[in-house]
This record gives sequence, C-alpha cells and structure tokens, in this order.
Amino acid sequence: MKPAPFDYLRPQTVEEAVRLLATTPDAKVLAGGQTLGPMLNLRLAQPAVLVDIGRIAELAAVTDDKDAVMIGATVTHAAIEDGRTPDPTGGFLPQVARGIAYRAVRTRGTIGGSLAHADPAADWLSALTALGAEIAIAGVRSSRRVPLSAFVRGAMETELGADELITGIRIRKLSSRARFGYHKICRKTGEFAEAIGVVVDDPERAYFCAVAGATGGRPLVMETRAAPGSGSVTVEDARQLLKGAHFTGDDYELTLHAAALHRAYQRAYAA
Amino acid sequence: MTAGQGIGARLLRKEDDRYMRGRGQYVGDIRLPGMQEVAFLRSPLAHARIRAIQIPAGIRDRVFIAEDLSGVAPIRADTSLPGFKSSVQPALATGKVRHVGELIAMCVAPTRAEAEDLVAEIDVDFEPLPAVHDMLAARQPGAPLVHEHWGDNLYLTTAIDVDFEAAVAKAAKSVTRELRTARQAMCPLEGRGVIASWNTRLDQLIVTSSTQQPHIVRTGLAECLGLDEGRVRVVAPDVGGGFGYKGILLPEEVALSWATRKLGVPLRWLEDRRENLIAGADCREHHYILTAYADADGRLLALDCEATVDSGAYSAYPFSACLEAGQIGSILPGLYDFPHYRCRTHSVATNKPPILPYRGVARTGVCFALEVTLDALARELGIEPKDLRFKSLVRPEQMPFDNIAKRHFDSGDYPEALRQAIEEIGFAEVRERQRRAEPDGRRIGIGFAMYAEQAGHGTSVYAAWGIPFVPGYEQCQARFTPDGGLELRIGAHSHGQGLETTLSQVAHSILGVPHERIKLVHGDTAETPYSTGTWGSRCMIMSGGAVAAACDELADRILRIAAGLLQARREDVRIEGGDVVGPSGRMAVAEVARTWYRRPQDLPGDLNPGGLELTGGYKAKRDTGTFSYATHAAVVAVDPETGEVEILDYAIVEDGGVLVNPMIVDGQVYGGVAQGIGTALYEEMRYDGQGQPLASTLSDYILPGPTEVPDVRILHMETPSPYTRFGQKGIGEGGAIAPPAAITNAINDALKDLGAELLVSPITPRRIVEAIGSARQRAAAA
Repeated sequence: MKPAPFDYLRPQTVEEAVRLLATTPDAKVLAGGQTLGPMLNLRLAQPAVLVDIGRIAELAAVTDDKDAVMIGATVTHAAIEDGRTPDPTGGFLPQVARGIAYRAVRTRGTIGGSLAHADPAADWLSALTALGAEIAIAGVRSSRRVPLSAFVRGAMETELGADELITGIRIRKLSSRARFGYHKICRKTGEFAEAIGVVVDDPERAYFCAVAGATGGRPLVMETRAAPGSGSVTVEDARQLLKGAHFTGDDYELTLHAAALHRAYQRAYAA
Repeated sequence: MTAGQGIGARLLRKEDDRYMRGRGQYVGDIRLPGMQEVAFLRSPLAHARIRAIQIPAGIRDRVFIAEDLSGVAPIRADTSLPGFKSSVQPALATGKVRHVGELIAMCVAPTRAEAEDLVAEIDVDFEPLPAVHDMLAARQPGAPLVHEHWGDNLYLTTAIDVDFEAAVAKAAKSVTRELRTARQAMCPLEGRGVIASWNTRLDQLIVTSSTQQPHIVRTGLAECLGLDEGRVRVVAPDVGGGFGYKGILLPEEVALSWATRKLGVPLRWLEDRRENLIAGADCREHHYILTAYADADGRLLALDCEATVDSGAYSAYPFSACLEAGQIGSILPGLYDFPHYRCRTHSVATNKPPILPYRGVARTGVCFALEVTLDALARELGIEPKDLRFKSLVRPEQMPFDNIAKRHFDSGDYPEALRQAIEEIGFAEVRERQRRAEPDGRRIGIGFAMYAEQAGHGTSVYAAWGIPFVPGYEQCQARFTPDGGLELRIGAHSHGQGLETTLSQVAHSILGVPHERIKLVHGDTAETPYSTGTWGSRCMIMSGGAVAAACDELADRILRIAAGLLQARREDVRIEGGDVVGPSGRMAVAEVARTWYRRPQDLPGDLNPGGLELTGGYKAKRDTGTFSYATHAAVVAVDPETGEVEILDYAIVEDGGVLVNPMIVDGQVYGGVAQGIGTALYEEMRYDGQGQPLASTLSDYILPGPTEVPDVRILHMETPSPYTRFGQKGIGEGGAIAPPAAITNAINDALKDLGAELLVSPITPRRIVEAIGSARQRAAAA
C-alpha cells in the first residue's frame, strides 16, 4: 500500500508549527513516523497535510532545572537508551527505552510521538505515568502543562487539541534511594506489550506509584499509595490491586497483568 | 579433480557476493521504459455475489474487470484422482467472490500510489453470502457452498485401509487425540512480483516473475491466454525466498499478461505485505482425529486417522487443492513399522485463499499429529517416548523398506539418529534437572520428533496424481566457451538454495574447471531446458544428476580430443586438477576447449561433431524419491503462570545422504527450523465469523525473529541413497517439518505433572494458561 496524496510542510520553530496546525485544515503532525508512516501507507490515516516537526531544534533539546528534566518531544528512544540525554531516573528511562520495539524503530521513533499516539500497549505511556511525568503542550494562544495521567483519556485518545503540539515531557528527578521495577510481557522481542507492570518508589520524595499498562485503555494507577515491604506483594495481591483499579479483561488477561505487576514489584525490591 | 572444492566441500556461496552487497536483481529492481504500475481491487468479503461494478467514466480506460478480459480462460488445476471435483478460478472474479483478497479489478497508473487511488474510486455492489471459513463446519450438511454445483464442499476424499479391524482386538492400549494446526501465511522476504511486456519484434509475451517454476508458469500462461508456448517467455530473476509460495500460476500473471498486450506498455505488479497476508494466507491448516494402538510390549500396532485439510476456495495451479490431504495417508506412518492401518482424508473447500504447498508439504502437520500422539501413547503406557520409538522404528537391516503405505525408504539408520539425538541433547541430565524444581518456578520439558522427507520423487509418484505436470527426465545443457569457461543451463530455479554454488561443485568434481569459470544460467525459459522447477527438495537430486550427466559426457568429449592432441589412447587419459593427464604429457582442459573452437585445424579426426556443447539428461534409478530423515530434540522452559515458552536447547541429527555442501545444508536446516518454530509457537491467521482475516500486518501476524530462534546444533549422518548419482538426498524442507512436534512434545513433557496437554499449534501463551486452567478444573472435579 502507498499513501493517498498529501501536502508536506516543515516548520522551523514551535511557533510556526502551531500556527500551521491552527490554520491548516486536516493537518497531522509527523515526528519520527514510526506509527504514522505505516498508517499512511495502509491509508488508515489520510490527512491533507503533514506538518513535519523533525527540524525544530527546540523540540530536540533536553533541559535540566534542578528538580526535574524536560525531555524534548522529538528526542528519540535510541538517544535515551544510549544515555545521550540527561537521565533524571538513575537508569529507569534507558531500561524502558531499550525494550521498545526494535533498534531501527528506536532510532527514529520519538518520546513525544509515542505519547501523542497514546497506544495503550506503548512503553512510555505506562512508564512515564508511573513516574508522574507532565506533558508540556504548546498552542497558538497559550502553553500549558498537564499530568500524563490526565493527558490520556483512553486508547489513542488524549487531551491534545488539533492545533496543539507536545513540546516536551517533564520528569522529576528520582533520588539515589529510589527503586523501580518494569516488567513487560509480549509475544516476542519488539512486539507491542500484552501486559506491563511498573513500580516506582522514592522514599526520599515520599513518592510511590504502581501502574498496570497495556490494558486496552489508559494505564491503570493502583489504589495503593504506600510502598510495601520488600517482596510482600504476592500474585494474588496483584490480582486484587487490578480488580480494585477496575481492570477489565478475561481471566487470562487478568492473570497476565497480575504476573507483570507482581514481577515489577519483585524487580523493584530485588536485593 | 581439484581436492577440496568439489562434492562435500563447505564452499562459500558464489551468489552471496551479489546478495550481500545488495547487487541482486529482483522484480522490484527492474524498470522498463514506459512501464506502468498495477494495483488490484480485491474482494473485501469472503463470500459474495457481485451485482454490479461501478467505474467512473473518467478512469474506465485504466481499469479492467473480468468482462474486459476477452479470450482469457480461467485457471484450472485438476487431478485425475477419482472423485476429484474441479474448481474454476478466473483471473478476475466473475459473478462471485470466494475469499477475501480475490482479484476483482486491475488498475493501471504511472505509480503504485496512483493505481491505488484508482482502486479507491471503484464501487462494487455486493450481495453478501454466508461464508464458510472453518473446514469442519464446511463438511457439515447445510454448510454454505463455495462451489454450488458440487453439492458439498469436498474437493476429494481418500481412504486407505490395511487390515485395520484386526488391530483393535489385539491392542493392549490405545490413545485418541484431536489435533489441529493453524492456517499460516508464507512470508518470504520478497513478496510476489510480476512484470509483463509484449515484444513486437518477436511477437512474444515476456513475463518476468518471482517464481520457482518459470517453465510451468509458461505452460499455464499459454493455456490461459490461448497462445502457442513459443510466444511466451518467462524469466525468473533473483527470487527472494519461495518455500512453495511461488510455486503457482498466479491470476495476477494472467491478468497482467493480457493487459500488457492490450495497452502496449510494460506493466508491473509488486505484492505488498498486506496482500501477502490477506490474500496469501494459504498453507498448513490441518485437523486430525488420530488413534494410536500399542500391543502389550509397547510396540506400535496400528494407526487410525481421519484427517481434514482446509484447501481454500480454488485448486491452485499446478499442485492442486489435494496435494496436502492426498499425501497424508502415505506420510502418516512416519518412520515406523507396524502392521495395521486406516486413514481417511478430506480436502475441503472454504472461503479462504487456495492452499499452497509450504516447505515440508503436509509433513509438518502429519509429523505434529503423529509424534504428539505417540508421546501421549507413551505416557499412557508409562514408558519413555524415546523407548516407544525404539521399539517401532524401521531398522537399518530392513532397508530398503516398503512401509505400510507403500512408501519405499531408500536407506538409513533411524534408531541411530534417535540415539545420537538423545546423547547430544543430554537426555539424562535434563531428566535429572526436572527432578529438581527450577528456582524461577518454570517447568522444564524435553521432546523428540522424527520424520522422513521424501525428495526428488518423480514420474511414478506424480503420474498417479494426474496434476497439470508430471516430472520426467531433467536436463542440463552444458558447454565450454572458447576460452575454456563452462556454462551450465538448467530449468529449475534457485530462490535461496545456493544452486549456483552446489551445481558448480558437481561440475567441478567431474571436469576440474575452477569455480570462477563455471557459470550457472537458470531462470529463463528462453535460455534453459524444460523443467518442472524447484519444489519437493528435488534440485540437488535432479538438476545435480543432470549436471553430472552433461559433465560426464563433456568429459568424454574433452578426453577424446585431448587424447588425439597428446597422442595417447582415450583409455589412457584422465582429468585431474583441471588438466587432462596422459602417459607422456598433460594439457589444461581449457586449452582443449580453446583448440576445439579456435584452432580446429589442429584437431584429430573422428570426433563427435556435436562438439563441446550438449544436453545431458537424468532420472534417478528409482524415481520414488530419496528419504532423508532426522531426529529433532528440544528442551523448553514453560512459565505456567504466563504461558511463556523459552527454547533452552535444540539439537538435530540429520541424514541427507552424501552432502554436496554441508555448509549450505546447515543453512537450509537453520532456516527451516526458524519457520518450524513459527509454526509451533507464533504463526496463525485467524478469521472472524464472516471469514475476515484478523491479521493484515506483521504486528498481528507474528513471525519468529532472531531472538526467538535458539542456537541449533546439527549433527550429520551420511547414508548414501542407492538410487542417486552421488548418493545425495534432498534436504531442503526437513528443518521446517519437525519443530512443531518436537517443541509440543517438550511442552507437554513439561506440563505432564499438571495434567495439561497442548494439541493445537501454534502453542500460544493463552493456550498454555487455559490448558493448565482446565486441567486444574478437571482435577478439582475428579
């Protein structure tokens, strides 16, 4: 399959990009193109105009403001995997990045593009939700910051307006005492996840979050706020947590997600 | 002979120089002046009547439908087997569509994207019909009919009964299992592709196609288009994988061939992955109800089988709709010697793409059904599966052996292949490890599977089938060039087998010509002798035999010339290290060739005037085929919580007779195993209630990747075939046959204490978790 005809625009600044989005009907933002490319080829997406943000320098920048790091929207998974960007998490982000799809996809795919697409099975959605990340959004009238948990409405549905652009992801720094665990279950290396479990625990910041991802909708944040004692969360506990978070799925899917969550806990608290 | 570069050498593949540098030439690399691209409108429905096709007037001259294709006959692939019902497959659908992806209209434009734009403008008014996409449902009375005039959905039913009833009374134990294998799509790296053009000077159709069988395509095209075969030339350039997927006359080839003559410009169609998956999910789908009987000593006494194969909507040309089901009866006995047997098979029509033979052709499903059932029988008997096999395998002293289904095994030592596999996989250590629990909670299992791969079978086998071709003698045209190079022309085609290297090794063994001076010409009906092509692991036997026959004859002519030049007698000269050596001197073979062409005034008298250019032909001493065989041994770890399977170890003991190039054989086996792992654990085209395929990209249709294929150890035995030129056997398919059975047996071994047993491939995590769940429920209810 080859794409239906479209026009192509390549703004140089965020300001120009959002102006184009606001004034061009039926425009679609192109970042790394790792999802949009196949969708165009399959004619599942047939936008009139593609706005390519790949040449906007400010979107590729990473800034450190002492408490947090702002990762530009077009930073690639590979850049994070390779440690070419400052890592506010002490190793968590590169670990997640390393497991995204295949290296070829990671070389072009961007963190902002992944979040804008909001595929429930994508790694960043779950991992960054567990980190309590915020999304920086630019529009023609104003810019804003939205917690990721509020940004995602459902499967492939977000708060992002048609005339808005994700500019970056703000992630608070984890302390050296922080623990994290990430477990993904997928049919083979590089496939989309069938189940994701994430646990982030930073006692210094009194921050704890456990998330179940790849659920078919937005990531589920577990009700529990407190960090458990080491190894004290069983598979059955994980099942109960999922049920408490209104997990929907058949028994096999519940089993798989409980296993992913349980194993994320185990990894977070492994000696 | 030059030591070390002939038969048996691990010579690097000559063709890899261009492949590895990206200099191969595939259909997608070829551009002809004025060439237009084709996109097809394909049926979105599995079964429907076409009421009307609306084509906007502005594009009508670039769109072609069935009524435009005047004088084009449909594709028919009948067999002469009694009771076979014939299907008629038009190049473009007429009246009715019978599977999703069937061709309806052909759109022509300067680029593929524009051709797809045209497709989007066509509107088809369908009357949807109930679709039948499940082969068992299709056998039920009252099922929707794929071909109404048949009255049912059966292409063919076959039956074999060897004194079966007598077995039941004698049996001490029996097990019955219902087994199923999924429908798969073959996914060669390069999809199909066709360029059709009309040469006005030669008044000839030239079709360049990514095919395994250029001569068969030529015959089929001539028949469909009503052209003399002399007016059809088929060229197969580099072909990026075939596996059976390209052993077919394509409706696309027929449609483009008609249209290029009509439009007067070259036309190209390149299949994309979506077309490959949707319209080309065409293999492997079997269902079995199999009972295995054992006597009190644990010897196999009988097999009783009812097998059904989903053959899809049409009988594909040339192998027909029955190639898989029709062979099950004769393959099912496997490597075993037992006295009683019954097998019925059904080739069933459904609203799915026509079945094609995929690497292993029926054997992968049969091996799965038989070997998995034998393991179940061993568990029932309370003995090791390996011991059940040892008791019933055909023994080496019985060779050659005619089995219960009249298959003639040529040579081999089957028990030895099992013994070596047990040793190589470390059977005792694995059993010991199983007694200790794994620290991570996973369960370890070990499984074996054995099979024989019939290869290079010829006239006597296929005459009984009566499909559109019957393989006979195979030829090679060989000639020396004036500068002493050697050209070999064969009608089969390489789509990854390495024939440019292995046939060069055969020629080198006989003539001593250096490899860089030997050129294989193949893949063009205008330049090569007729051949039924590359299929059935036949090339090393048939083309290898033909090359040897031609080179033997060339050697004789070289020696007669050289004897005259060296003033020796014919019987006193021989070829050695690229030279002709006589009692009182030697001269290079190349120099003999130069003399023949460039200095005929120096030639002795009384020579064969045919010169150094000839056709040699070959047929095996016995044409029922060679039987290479192997034991595959797998060790797996199964996570009973998530159903994830890891292959911890995989070893193969294989006997392909005399190996022409062991490195290439290993490569064939590795690639086959990767595909077998796909069948075992990943690949499945599922359909919804309307017969819609549920995978249309490789994110839905899961193929194993490098991380899913373990390191495989291959041990070779080399028992020569008594019937072939060098004792070689065909080995191209075997790697893909046994992995589903071996891996399933290992998984079932791992789960036996939980009472769970997997009988459906692919074995997905969900199927494992659900099997364990139902075993627990059964245990709780008991």
